[in-house]
Amino acid sequence: MSLDAKIPQGNMSEKWSAYKGNVKLVNPANKRKIEIVVIGTGLAGASAAASLGELGYKVKAFCFQDSPRRAHSIAAQGGINAAKNYQNDGDSVYRLFYDTVKGGDYRAREANVYRLAEVSAAIIDQCVAQGVPFAREYGGLLSNRSFGGTQVQRTFYAAGQTGQQLLLGAYSALERQVALGNVTMYSRHEMLDIVKIDGKARGIIARNLVSGKLERHFGHAVLLCSGGYGNVFYLSTNAMGSNVTAAWKAHRNGAYFGNPCFTQIHPTCIPVSGDHQSKLTLMSESLRNDGRIWVPKAKNDNRKGKDIPEDERDYYLERRYPAFGNLVPRDVASRAAKERCDAGYGVGTTKMAVYLDFADAIKRYGKIEAGKNGIINADQDTIIRLGKDVVKEKYGNLFDMYEKITGENPYETPMRIYPAVHYTMGGLWVDYELQTTVPGLYALGEANFSDHGANRLGASALMQGLADGYFVIPYTIGNYLSNEIATASIPVSHPAFEAAEKSVQDRLNHLIQINGTESVESYHKKLGKIMWDKCGMARNEQGLREAIAEIRALRESFWSNVKIPGRVDEMNNELDKAGRVADFLELGELMCMDALDRKESCGGHFREESQTPDGEAQRDDENYSYVAAWELTGNNQWTLHKEKLQFEIVKPTQRSYK
Amino acid sequence: MEHYNMNLTLKIWRQANSGAKGSFETYQVKDISSEMSFLEMFDVLNEQLIAENKEPIAFDHDCREGICGMCSMYINGQPHGPWKQNTTCQLHMRAFKDGDTIVVEPWRSRAFPVIKDLVVDRTAFDRIIQAGGYISVDTGNAQDANALPVPKKDADNAFLAAACIGCGACVAACKNGSAMLFVGAKVSQLALLPQGKPERETRVLNMVAQMDKEGFGNCTNTYACEAECPKGISVANIARLNLEYIHAGLNSE
Repeated sequence: MSLDAKIPQGNMSEKWSAYKGNVKLVNPANKRKIEIVVIGTGLAGASAAASLGELGYKVKAFCFQDSPRRAHSIAAQGGINAAKNYQNDGDSVYRLFYDTVKGGDYRAREANVYRLAEVSAAIIDQCVAQGVPFAREYGGLLSNRSFGGTQVQRTFYAAGQTGQQLLLGAYSALERQVALGNVTMYSRHEMLDIVKIDGKARGIIARNLVSGKLERHFGHAVLLCSGGYGNVFYLSTNAMGSNVTAAWKAHRNGAYFGNPCFTQIHPTCIPVSGDHQSKLTLMSESLRNDGRIWVPKAKNDNRKGKDIPEDERDYYLERRYPAFGNLVPRDVASRAAKERCDAGYGVGTTKMAVYLDFADAIKRYGKIEAGKNGIINADQDTIIRLGKDVVKEKYGNLFDMYEKITGENPYETPMRIYPAVHYTMGGLWVDYELQTTVPGLYALGEANFSDHGANRLGASALMQGLADGYFVIPYTIGNYLSNEIATASIPVSHPAFEAAEKSVQDRLNHLIQINGTESVESYHKKLGKIMWDKCGMARNEQGLREAIAEIRALRESFWSNVKIPGRVDEMNNELDKAGRVADFLELGELMCMDALDRKESCGGHFREESQTPDGEAQRDDENYSYVAAWELTGNNQWTLHKEKLQFEIVKPTQRSYK
Repeated sequence: MEHYNMNLTLKIWRQANSGAKGSFETYQVKDISSEMSFLEMFDVLNEQLIAENKEPIAFDHDCREGICGMCSMYINGQPHGPWKQNTTCQLHMRAFKDGDTIVVEPWRSRAFPVIKDLVVDRTAFDRIIQAGGYISVDTGNAQDANALPVPKKDADNAFLAAACIGCGACVAACKNGSAMLFVGAKVSQLALLPQGKPERETRVLNMVAQMDKEGFGNCTNTYACEAECPKGISVANIARLNLEYIHAGLNSE
């Protein structure tokens, strides 16, 4: 099958308007007869389910949590980008588009990114109308801040809880549609298979996580808004339940997986403290607006951070990247931290951390406040007290969280941070309409691969999730469903549903009957270690080959020796987790294969064999300017298809933030 | 900060399902690090139970960074345990010392029936939001985001109310099982913003009616909800809820 991205003809800036002007529509009477299944209720899922419900489709929405409001979009901290140019600092749709393509190290599809930048402004309008309480200035207008990889202020925010506020906005729109009867909500349900009839996605098999019973649900189309797969690394900033299962079942049913090795390692997370660690916590990128990152100039310096004098500190990001300083993109900042720690300059007991220091910002803000309050010749204590208040207002919740986790007070002593797995740019391959290679099966938000190339810029995940759900899918799905108006709802007694349910049931029974000796958790931890060591921040051919062999052996061991207590027909958290880990054990191998195939470095994918003399990622546009779309052709056997990337507007160059 | 290890006795509520009779079971855990989170200590216990061929304890949790609102647990008589303005997932074991006995129960409220062990059903909160916890604006209907200035003070107060994570600690803390803080927070957020004004009256009447229907108790101003709220939501929101309710009631006459 050849890949057709279905990019509309015409100038870049006119593609989306032209598409919208010509796309086929479904009339209101027909919409009422069409059912759509939506998996996941994060920003992409909740916004899609609400918007499609508003249009009059009959929507069924599913989430594994106890309420749609829990989806992990809720944890996004820093903000959401939009090309509003409210700050009059030179922003535009083109700039946001350009920054995103460059930030993604020229591995994203231009037409998708342009559309994302185009609809970004409408997202902010929609959220404000829903009552999302963004930060405001004294004049009552919206406030903005800076994020990495850009030189304008285009990030809208609600303290360090932007994801929460945006998700609650989308959740409220979703619940309104539930009340109106347009959406039926199935919480504590997990999708365990896609049902295909005559080659088209026609529904799902879901497990009720309370009763353990399997359910069949028909849909004229199925939308996967199930998030990313960072938990393949065991330790990540993802929620405990975040998983690849929905996307993986789609992949097993014919949907190609795009750029699986593209993983974002976020530079500013609280370091690992011990073997007991179950997850890692992000400290928002917004902190790099004011925090300065440094390590001691001397190796193995065991003094406390604040006891090290100014001239013995190496502000390595400011030194290496004077133009962007502490606000270089995430992939660059993460690699630089790893480089310093590997070279022996790390701090803290594990020496796998660098400092993020607010002392200068506290002094700077303190002086400004003293001036505002007319305090002449303010003493140092007053300046620091006033400065701390300002920092507290900006980042208070993050500082509190840091203190709860580490027991250290970041107002007094610099934060210790280290990179951690945060986001996956890879995901199901989709065309311009967000349709996977399976007709009627769509992927939105982090679950698809489309907009961020090899590295996502900060504050762009929220933008993409909401763009896909509010402003893209309501148009593009019509193009497919307009051909489905004659299709009556297919009864779930259809043999395809029966067969799919049986295969899911057999797999669950198989898992529980293994009755081995090792817990699901122990397998997940082992997989995570292989992935982090050999398919993490730096990758090389030998390591990847070893990883593939190790994952295969681990998978074999899992299927013969995993131990899952309890029964299938009851609430069973271990069984839920086992199914997810089993899928991660397959995905991990594909990620390593993809990383092995891509012999260049780009964005978050750093092949040690391909770097510039000063250690930056060295792309190879001649050979690797493509999206890797993997087709599953047999049990753990894949065929690679390539979607050649065409750059009409932005000319790929060596990315520089110096 | 000094790290230390501890041995603990845990008394944990076990209940097979919503219909079963529950009881406390006692467990011992050893060498728990003060660096662990409370739920990581539960992970250790569950791994231990699996190794002993016993059934692990069911508990709700997801983000483990204090924002999704999924974790619950009544720890030594306090929702989310002893730390102020904190969720169970962010509670760390340095809050305890070697030899401590810790009692863990699910939320106890008529409107939050137990599903299994420490897991309760909080869908009543979703139904209260369905009754009016939104602004009726379809996608694509919005005007420019800066068309309507919002005084910073109102925006800030709306944000503080909107910080509610919907965990239900307020209900669990209240001797009456009242959901007034949860409802008050949402009503306040939307009443403070100009965008929420058109539906202000129907919203408060409908949300309160749904709250009563779900079986939550009345507010008797003990302020236990505010004291135990992990996000520090103020009882001023309950006052605003009462004000909005009276206002709407009079206008609907």
